[in-house]
Amino acid sequence: MKKLLGAALGALLIGAGAASAQDYPTRQITMVIPFAAGGPTDTVGRLLAESMGRTLGQQVLVENVAGAGGTVGAARVATSPPDGYTIFLYHIGMATTATLYRNLPYDPLTAFSYIGLATEVPMTIIARPDFPAETLPELIDYVKANTATVTYANAGIGAASHLCGMLFMDAIDTQLTTVPYQGTGPAMTDLLGGQVDFMCDQTTNTTSQIQAGTVKAYATTSPERLEALPDLPTAAEGGLPELTFGVWHGLYAAAGTPEPIINELSDALKVALQDPTVIERFAALATTPSSQEDATPAALEAKLVSEIELWRPLIVAAGQFAD
Amino acid sequence: MTELVANLGLGLSVAFTWYNVLFCFAGVLLGTLVGVLPGIGPTATIALLLPVTLNYDPSSALIMLAGVYYGAQYGGSTTAILLNLPGESSSAVTAIDGYRMGRLGRAGPALAAAALSSFFAGTVATFLLAVFAPPLAVAALRFGPADYFSLMVLGLVCAIALAHGSVLKAVGMVLVGLLFGLVGADLFSGMQRFTFGQIELADKINFVSVAIGIFGIAEILRNLENEKAREAMVTKITNLFPSKDDLKRIVAPAIRGTALGSVLGVLPGGGAILAAFASYTVEKRISKTPEIFGQGAIEGVAAPEAANNAGAQTSFIPTLTLGIPANPVMALMLGAMLIQGIVPGPRVMTNEPELFWGVIASMWIGNGLLVLLNLPLIGLWVRLLTIPYYMLFPAILCFACIGIYAINSNAFDLYELTLFGVLGYVLVRLGCEPAPLLLGFVLGPLMEENLRRALIISRGDPMVFVSRPISLGLLITALLVLIIVLLPGIARRREAVFQEDGD
Repeated sequence: MKKLLGAALGALLIGAGAASAQDYPTRQITMVIPFAAGGPTDTVGRLLAESMGRTLGQQVLVENVAGAGGTVGAARVATSPPDGYTIFLYHIGMATTATLYRNLPYDPLTAFSYIGLATEVPMTIIARPDFPAETLPELIDYVKANTATVTYANAGIGAASHLCGMLFMDAIDTQLTTVPYQGTGPAMTDLLGGQVDFMCDQTTNTTSQIQAGTVKAYATTSPERLEALPDLPTAAEGGLPELTFGVWHGLYAAAGTPEPIINELSDALKVALQDPTVIERFAALATTPSSQEDATPAALEAKLVSEIELWRPLIVAAGQFAD
Repeated sequence: MTELVANLGLGLSVAFTWYNVLFCFAGVLLGTLVGVLPGIGPTATIALLLPVTLNYDPSSALIMLAGVYYGAQYGGSTTAILLNLPGESSSAVTAIDGYRMGRLGRAGPALAAAALSSFFAGTVATFLLAVFAPPLAVAALRFGPADYFSLMVLGLVCAIALAHGSVLKAVGMVLVGLLFGLVGADLFSGMQRFTFGQIELADKINFVSVAIGIFGIAEILRNLENEKAREAMVTKITNLFPSKDDLKRIVAPAIRGTALGSVLGVLPGGGAILAAFASYTVEKRISKTPEIFGQGAIEGVAAPEAANNAGAQTSFIPTLTLGIPANPVMALMLGAMLIQGIVPGPRVMTNEPELFWGVIASMWIGNGLLVLLNLPLIGLWVRLLTIPYYMLFPAILCFACIGIYAINSNAFDLYELTLFGVLGYVLVRLGCEPAPLLLGFVLGPLMEENLRRALIISRGDPMVFVSRPISLGLLITALLVLIIVLLPGIARRREAVFQEDGD
């Protein structure tokens, strides 16, 4: 019995040692998503996981580790073994939490290996259905003239809608009264009910409301008009070229993951981004997959570095930290 | 009207295919099972099922996921009644009288009352959902932050009213609950409150840890106190099914519970939770024998069960008609739609009529299946109580820990469970009730959030709470309830009746 156990243990150890890059992956891979199941990031992750699993020949299981704006999940991945069996999908928060949280248990720039960018979800500026302004210039004028009454809704500190609000206020050089909500759902409820005036949020949350005409839409923050909303001008067309940004999503692994494994994962990501089902479902979210050049470690690293620098002064100036 | 009939016909034609009935059955069966296991709630289950549903037709997927949700409402009351383990806030109310009934050997009638009133509520609420979904969704939008604040005030006043010990202790428990609710990152400034540098606490204390801890774990500790209780919880079971008298007693509470649950369930955020508490308070207030509440009153099981099930059904209204989730489970349902390539929102009803009406019609089938499933199981569940306690309690602890760990895959939640278990035990020994604490914990943060939000919007003008008619009406109701609770005559009677109960 003892002998048998020893042999089994030995086989296990040899098996573990042999699990090097050339036969990776030999078991299922966990994709950590630092937000609750059912949200837009979760949906993006699950679509990628499904397709990447098919390419890699092993199941990619999604694990939702939500908390503290995504940093709880990031901390978990930062300390996971760098063997490519734990990968991590995180959005723009990877860059903003670097400033928003002054006591992160990991360094966003050194704790991860980069796999590639996955998608960049555009934002839209919308208002309650009976809001007086009709166009983006009118909205800007109205907001500037009525700072004492106008309210801007966001989905909490660090949320995309919070970031967009900061960028908008910076662009029009006006401070507005901000009403925070616990997530986009309740913020949208109060916008539809006319309790608050306007907000800027991801197309994943706003497209169906805009198409149904239940809210007024003014602009998208994407560089070009969106396929799903062809009549909606870009912010640049409306006179706010500074307001060009999107919620970019990147795929990471723990720092020190061997390069061949990273390349294999990056290749699987590229295949997923060309998968017709992924493209179709992304379109339903009013977003598009990142280009093949962007789905690379180098592109993601460059993006993260530049975005941390972009947001740091804005967040510091706003003086709101999440810790 | 003809349109409604046509729509429901379309829905039934979708829901009544053998394929979808099978999915519906799978959903409610799974829901019942996870509801029975403490801690493993519908949220975790639906999250786990999401990738599986990817391979099926959207209607079938949603029919199954919806079945898990309302099936869990049935199952959750089972453990609340049998073991004092509420998996969800709404079954915390059921535990008050349901568990008492179980200890008196009347677990069977309690389970039957829960199942029957849930069935009644589910059927009626589904009909309301079909008829009033669009107008109700619009009405719910009229609820602004000020109105929510006043609704929460009413809810907390109800929490005091439903306690059966001293009013002072109930108020104290609500306040303790409010304080626990404050833990975490402040939504408005990002400031950390009472987190002591723990990153896990930044996201607030886990509700399930609190509920299972102060109800379930505390109860286990209490049972282990005396030698005799360790043998078996109940040795004598009087009858499995409710008597004629029992049935007569549950009719009116079930109807009132359904009405309250249907209305409050529509409100996004916390509505369904309030419904169960509010209906219990109402029953106790209008009862000719309020002293039996808390001692195993079957009305105290029927009313909140009807309310939470009706609420569960009507919470689909904002989800399906506006694309706005009323609770975390609904958020997952929207996620399931997104994965299927259907964008949730106001146009689902017109663009995907098969899906919309199919899911609604399936709820009738699901509720019917649940009664067929649950009534025969009562005998089995009740026999569970005759298992020697020294075998039962390690199993309960084990399930509770697995369930809680499964929610966030975070060991910290287990430490919370332990702490709240000990706290719950201390509170029981001090004669303080856990239910008001739990309600304070749930409603407190919502109340604060909406108070501050209302004041931001009104630029600091507190008159907003009395100038809005909905808010004013709710505040007046709260005041009336408070007066009734504090009336000296009633208060004295409460003390007298429950003096000997403070063991």
